[in-house]
Amino acid sequence: MKCEDVSKELIPYLDRRASSADRHEVEEHLAACVACRTRAEELRTLWSVLDEVPIVEPSFGFDARMRARIAEEPRPRWYRWFVPQPRLAMAMALLLAVSVWITRLPQDNSGLVGTAQSEQQQFQVIKNLDVLENYDVLSKFDALDEVPADEQAAPEPDQQNNQQQQQQQQE
Amino acid sequence: MLDVKAGDDASFDLLLQKYRTPLVNFLYRMVRDTATAEDLAQEVFLRVYRARKQYSPSAKFTTWLFRIATNLALNSVRDNRHHQKDVSIDAASSPDEDAVPMQLPAPEMRIDEHMIERDRADYIRKVISELPEKQRVAVLLHKYEEMDYAEIARILECSESALKSLLFRAYETLRVQLAPLVNARASRREGSPS
Repeated sequence: MKCEDVSKELIPYLDRRASSADRHEVEEHLAACVACRTRAEELRTLWSVLDEVPIVEPSFGFDARMRARIAEEPRPRWYRWFVPQPRLAMAMALLLAVSVWITRLPQDNSGLVGTAQSEQQQFQVIKNLDVLENYDVLSKFDALDEVPADEQAAPEPDQQNNQQQQQQQQE
Repeated sequence: MLDVKAGDDASFDLLLQKYRTPLVNFLYRMVRDTATAEDLAQEVFLRVYRARKQYSPSAKFTTWLFRIATNLALNSVRDNRHHQKDVSIDAASSPDEDAVPMQLPAPEMRIDEHMIERDRADYIRKVISELPEKQRVAVLLHKYEEMDYAEIARILECSESALKSLLFRAYETLRVQLAPLVNARASRREGSPS
């Protein structure tokens, strides 16, 4: 360890806070270097000189003045919980305004129409329940899945005749 | 401090009793005026009280306390630099008696011995106060508050390695400036029977 390296570790060495490895290195250097050893001794003496500065006690009125200043500080009140904060109040007002605006929008009746349509479809299903319960009829409907969509949309005259015949037989 | 944060005023009283003396001493050594030091100490405690709700136990309370004190003291020193008083070791007494805290002499001490001791203490304070700001804070926290390096480094917002260099430079300056006192003490030690 060189003299300039010791300088950084000298204070922790003198106040006994250096690590054991650093302490060992500093001790080795001090044993070999007279200048650094003298400096270390003088720094030790300096610290005892610095201890000559006496401790100052705060004045007698220090605590009383401090308590008086603390007492002047605004205290939190129990009703502060109920006093809305400005940001919160603004957010609540905005939320209320948006709610009122939404409730005043013109109502869309598509939901009611949809409900009526579904009821009508259910009625048709109940009306054709006999047909649907007939397995023979249903098995013939399965063959229609293989027909392209265009042809399904416009049934051929033969198929219409067959369906009419089946209905007559059922009746 | 956590009790103070929870609103316990009795705990704040305990903090006050525990830290007022080290805080006033630190501030007095920074500003070299008792009235200013006490005003600043009160300001530090008031700021602690006001910020108690934001206190986080992640940092040591003393680190927080002395960081506030350091900032206030440095601001005060910068504001009142032209009011700094020079104290000479040769002077019979301080030019402004009010600026020096009352130090009662020990009963066995003669009055002239007491005056010499007071002058020596004033001279040491003056030499410390002439250190650059950061070095001064480092020495006061290291020597008089006996804080560890990590805590001082946090207060000064520097690395521990930088702090060690800073302290070495500061103590070297003091060693040179206080050489007469250091040598006198060394001679006394050598002369005294062991």
